[in-house]
Amino acid sequence: MNLDIHDKKIPIIKIRDFLIVSIQVDMHDKLAVQLQSQILHEIERTGAKGVLIDISVLEMVDSFIGRMLSGMASMAAIMDAAVVIVGMQPAVAITLVELGLEMPGVDTALDMEKGMEMLEKKLREKES
Amino acid sequence: MQEIISDKNWNKLGIYPIVDEHDIVKVRSIVRQHAKDFRMGIVEQTRITTAISELLRNMYNYANGGDVVIESGDIEEHNALIITCIDKGPGIENVELAMSDGYTSGMGMGYGLPGAKRLVDKFEIYSEPQKGTTVRIMKWK
Repeated sequence: MNLDIHDKKIPIIKIRDFLIVSIQVDMHDKLAVQLQSQILHEIERTGAKGVLIDISVLEMVDSFIGRMLSGMASMAAIMDAAVVIVGMQPAVAITLVELGLEMPGVDTALDMEKGMEMLEKKLREKES
Repeated sequence: MQEIISDKNWNKLGIYPIVDEHDIVKVRSIVRQHAKDFRMGIVEQTRITTAISELLRNMYNYANGGDVVIESGDIEEHNALIITCIDKGPGIENVELAMSDGYTSGMGMGYGLPGAKRLVDKFEIYSEPQKGTTVRIMKWK
């Protein structure tokens, strides 16, 4: 059996109405795709209304991971859940723009706390 | 389009095969380490790492892998980090089209080549159908 540390799943934590995902490893493409479907399954299973994805540890977001994140935001929206990406490093943001990658529909926040506030505000707006 | 050859005065820092996805992650971090050793700033490190990530993915997805050669040397009076990706894949039929920017609009070929080019100081590509593709990116120190 091939026990590769890179093949470990990325944990998804549920707190109240939200899922919290903290990406702590440099992801290869399959892991990114796996994470995408894992999050969508968790939204379905738990009925979560929002997802916070912390990418503060990611030193690089290339076109594939960028498209994975924006794709996930659209899919989650269809499932009635909002996605907020938090903690993008400035160098990563600069590079993403230069790469020419647009991430339509992706909301971002500086840190976890602001991201959480953003999600709560969205929920309140939806309910009222 | 000119064939891409190495200058014998360049300093070879390493050669790495790309066979599976973990090799992509590994080589990405090796490239970043070289950029750090070159004392590049964090944004420059991120640019070159992202550019190489795009190239390695093409190699893996379209050419069944290949080799990456990392060198340092002088180019156009700059001390540069030079990374060459060599594959024996199907080659690119229309390099001009592959280099055209239409990536985000879905109009380009989606190889991420124009994006990678923007992130480095110098970019070279040589491709022959049925023989393979070589892409070299260079970043000044």
